[in-house]
Amino acid sequence: SVAMDTESTYSGHSYYSKGSHKHSERSRDRRKPRTKDGNRSEKSITIQTPPVEPLLGNESNHGEDVQDDNWGETTTAITGTSEHSISQEDIVRITKDAGDSTGLDCRRHLMLAAGALLGVLVFLTPIAFVVVPQLLWRDKLEPCGTVCEGLFISMAFKLLILLIGTWALFFRQPRAQMPRTYVFRTLLLVLLFLFVVSYWLFYGMRILDSRDQNYQGIVQYAVSLVDALLFIHYLAIVLLELRQLQPMFTLKVVRSADGEARFYTFGHLSVQRAALVVLENYYKDFTVYNPSLLTASKSRAAKNMAGLKVYNVDALSPGSNSAGHSRAMIAAAARRRDSSHNELYYEEAEYERRVKKRKARLIVAVEEAFTHIKRMQEEEEQQQSPREVMDPREAAQAIFPSMARALQKYLRTTRQQQYHTMESILQHLAFCITNSMTPKAFLERYLSPGPTLQYEKDRWFAQHWTLISEEAVTSGLKDGMVFVLRCLDFTLVVHVRKIPFIKLSEEFIDPKSHKFVLRLQSETSV
Amino acid sequence: SNSPSACVSALKQQVEIHKLCQGENRILGFSIGGGIDQDPSQNPFSEDKTDKGIYVTRVTEGGPAEVAGLRVGDKIMQVNGWDMTMVTHDQARKLLTRKKETVVRLLVTRKSLQQAMQQSMM
Repeated sequence: SVAMDTESTYSGHSYYSKGSHKHSERSRDRRKPRTKDGNRSEKSITIQTPPVEPLLGNESNHGEDVQDDNWGETTTAITGTSEHSISQEDIVRITKDAGDSTGLDCRRHLMLAAGALLGVLVFLTPIAFVVVPQLLWRDKLEPCGTVCEGLFISMAFKLLILLIGTWALFFRQPRAQMPRTYVFRTLLLVLLFLFVVSYWLFYGMRILDSRDQNYQGIVQYAVSLVDALLFIHYLAIVLLELRQLQPMFTLKVVRSADGEARFYTFGHLSVQRAALVVLENYYKDFTVYNPSLLTASKSRAAKNMAGLKVYNVDALSPGSNSAGHSRAMIAAAARRRDSSHNELYYEEAEYERRVKKRKARLIVAVEEAFTHIKRMQEEEEQQQSPREVMDPREAAQAIFPSMARALQKYLRTTRQQQYHTMESILQHLAFCITNSMTPKAFLERYLSPGPTLQYEKDRWFAQHWTLISEEAVTSGLKDGMVFVLRCLDFTLVVHVRKIPFIKLSEEFIDPKSHKFVLRLQSETSV
Repeated sequence: SNSPSACVSALKQQVEIHKLCQGENRILGFSIGGGIDQDPSQNPFSEDKTDKGIYVTRVTEGGPAEVAGLRVGDKIMQVNGWDMTMVTHDQARKLLTRKKETVVRLLVTRKSLQQAMQQSMM
């Protein structure tokens, strides 16, 4: 079970950045489901040395109460904006100072309500412009026949299009919580606000006060407002959606725990948006993080340094010059003739052999198990007695025992056993039987570790990610920029590279110019 | 045949081969490669890969060519007075296999001859 944080977000992901405010977080005790086999994988043949604290890598990764290093070091500023909510909400946020992190939810709801209100006001403004003169000084208005009616129709349709467009663009499920607001979005909202305010001012001054009688002019004024709103909407599309489509940067994402790397292509994005996309792709592209595969290298390094002890002969000042001690130990360890590389080679060869053997046994067992099941045809239904007819779940349960042992052994050898419970295996088996999958298709999930998305959501999805960046997270991507995404167990180091300017020239080859001769190399006996 | 180390200019050797009668055919006991219609870069024996001359590619053991002193890798310059440096492969074959001739006198160049020449000069 994983301890949840207090902040509940819409989607379960939340993003923070380094801010200037302290935020007290509980130390998270994320108890990973560690089985006995996690330790058994560290079989090593060494003489029992007294436990020496390893100088390298003093972080024990065994999944017990991991002291949360974030305590006090990473300061977070939760600014409480949620991405892709109704856009006008940020108007209110600009005037306020982004500070406290308490009451996150009601803050967000408040802003949501304010944004909705503003949106409704903006939408109703043109209608108000047109309706108010009719209400207030109807008898003094000049009659305005077909022209006005035409304008009414066009205004109605434009408002409808604006409504649909705004709904499509802005009314989306927020998929993440970002540390800072989007610059472009804020700019657009400011623009919109100023725009509407100026229109109202003009309307108030020139039309309401003087009770203008030219109704056609008033209606045209309202229609011009709607046109301008549509153009602002167009600007919003271009700035928020279209600008980042053209690829400009390639990002290399490396997982710190085991070095798995991927490359992604992005356009002009801010750092926080790029981080968001990287994380969304992380769950689908990277294999699931398996800590039990990583303990071997640490134990090797620890063994190498263990057994060397530094004595301070001069004893000038005890406890000082620890850097010198470390360097001396490193040099001594390097000079020492050790055969740990040999050990590694044979260990890996042996491991591969074992895995292959178990895999062969598993495939055979599963293939044999699948031959016991047959999909029943319609005509046979009357012939079979009702006892023997099974639904997929029962069929799965019937054939599972014959392959269970081989599967369990294989999972243990490849150290994946904590990802699959028996219930999940049975479910998957029933699913495969229902969809008439072959044994190989059933085994595809177990033979090699897949992306994190494949496994149960609650256990393997990081609850929180921290974005660590030297530049402001709302600034755009730049060549050579590096930022780090950290979750509890590991970090993703992202390196940004600009795609070079490509010079493409053309060369025309006449199809008739393709001519060939034979290469002769004869040998004749005389 | 001239002794190769005696003369400075004698990098060539005369080889006289008596054809052997095998049934209807008279064979010389070696194979040739090269020619102006062939690809000179495939020639393993030539030093200059643009050389389109005729080279000896194989010599049958115990055949008349071996007995006469022909070796693999020799470049044939003349056959019975006919030039072989600018002929096609087929022309070369024809020059060597004239039915009326029982003896062919070849003028060959050998790399080892040249090397021996250079060594003796040093």
